[in-house]
Amino acid sequence: MQCQSCNKNEATIHLTEITDGVRTELHICESCAHQQGIIVKSQIPLNELLSNLLAAQPTEEELFGSSEQKQSCPQCGFTLRRFRKVGLLGCPYDYEVFEKSLLPLIEKAHNGQTVHCGKVPSKATVNTKKQIKLATLRRQLQAALRNEDYERAAKLRDRINQLES
Amino acid sequence: MKLTDISGDINEWFDGSGPLADIVISSRIRLARNLAAYKFLNRCSVAERAAILKKLRDILISLDLGDEVFYVSVDKAPILDRDFLVERHLISRNHATGKGPRGVVIARREFFTAMINEEDHLRIQVLKGGLRLSECTEQINHIDDMIEQKVDFAFSPRYGYLTACPTNLGTGIRVSVMLHLPALKMTGQIEKFFNAARDMSLAVRGLFGEGTEAAGDFYQISNQVTLGISERDVVSQFENSIIPEIVEYENAARNQLLSKRADVLDDKIARAMALLRNAHLISSQEALFLLSHLRLGINMHKHMGISTPAIDRLYTLSQPDGDARKHRGLSITTINRLFMLTQPAHLQLNHGKPLSPTRRDALRAKIIRSALSKDIPS
Repeated sequence: MQCQSCNKNEATIHLTEITDGVRTELHICESCAHQQGIIVKSQIPLNELLSNLLAAQPTEEELFGSSEQKQSCPQCGFTLRRFRKVGLLGCPYDYEVFEKSLLPLIEKAHNGQTVHCGKVPSKATVNTKKQIKLATLRRQLQAALRNEDYERAAKLRDRINQLES
Repeated sequence: MKLTDISGDINEWFDGSGPLADIVISSRIRLARNLAAYKFLNRCSVAERAAILKKLRDILISLDLGDEVFYVSVDKAPILDRDFLVERHLISRNHATGKGPRGVVIARREFFTAMINEEDHLRIQVLKGGLRLSECTEQINHIDDMIEQKVDFAFSPRYGYLTACPTNLGTGIRVSVMLHLPALKMTGQIEKFFNAARDMSLAVRGLFGEGTEAAGDFYQISNQVTLGISERDVVSQFENSIIPEIVEYENAARNQLLSKRADVLDDKIARAMALLRNAHLISSQEALFLLSHLRLGINMHKHMGISTPAIDRLYTLSQPDGDARKHRGLSITTINRLFMLTQPAHLQLNHGKPLSPTRRDALRAKIIRSALSKDIPS
């Protein structure tokens, strides 16, 4: 669609305005929008995003009545209903208790990632450290393959095999 | 240690030094941590909050940070003190207005602060001037290790450091870089920058973080994803690609302004100077807005060797004529000092008592007039 204002550029901004029940549509390009003082809201506040995600999220559970919906955390008494209200969890254990319901949200907030990669407390058990190291190496291996850096990929694969054995 | 010991001057990270400091004001890294033995704050009783506060405060003030540290009890501090801490970027707005026992541990030179009982039990941050994220990472990692020797943080092998809000889960790291982007704004390209940032899952905020408007063309850009990407990778993305690219765009916009709209640029700088040197009442918003233009002019001269009538006026009027120290032109440090010290809480704290908004506007105008006439004779 062409910009209705300059008839030159592609219209990328589509504005629908309803005034006194009359609906008008405007299709214009970015520079005309700018000239006309139409500001495109590009930044969604994090809280808003989160509550939208929360509101849109667990239809399946709601339909089938997941056990997590009714459950409260044995450690802190927290419920998912409360989480939807405040956007914050009650205790570290909630991540386990409500894992099924939280996972889609975690995935959305972190670009599809669901496994930690990075610093591990120095006091963590040897096994925890190994698991995280393996997850990190696997991710690096994927990246190396994507970039067709096969030399690095081979090295990473060897390190993964070594750690796993 | 009183807040007035630091309120009279700018903090070290705002002194205009550091790599790319003409565009990159500061680099900040924050880590979110929670004690494994306690519930998250919204399920804690007042007594539990007080216990967390005491435990973490005792550990933090005993750390060897190579600098004197002091503690402010935020819940007991007067509103003016809290506002001052926010203006100074030592605590968040949320921490200032929160509930229950909470506090902040601050290194005297202000490169380090630790908020206790904000959204998480502990939020530590390291701040430096210019683009110095690697240094921040190294330092904060070391501090985090020292704290971890003394407490157990909530951590899961699958999800990493566990935080009250799932959006901070994993590394709990927030990398924020404060940028001064007046030319992108003037050339109408700032929306493009917002869109590009959004596509990369980055957040852009104003001078004081979440939910604040961009004032004086200052923007904070920060990561949002904290799970599945290591601290090192986030920092390296910022330091090696994201920030250098934005800096390049801003520089290109400055050149574009100069080649196509030098008259507009000159007009803005000259008007800013005229208003700042003559106003008798000025709001903090207007001061920020105008000082931003002067800052642009000085940096274009200093870093790009640019000369226009208005920019030259910031200098030629004050070329060394015999006494080099007397007339050295307007410096970035002067402008940064004015940015910092004319904020509402700074003004009042340094004045020694609360002032009405009108009195503040008058005092602000006076400070600016006197600073500008000292550096540049009329």
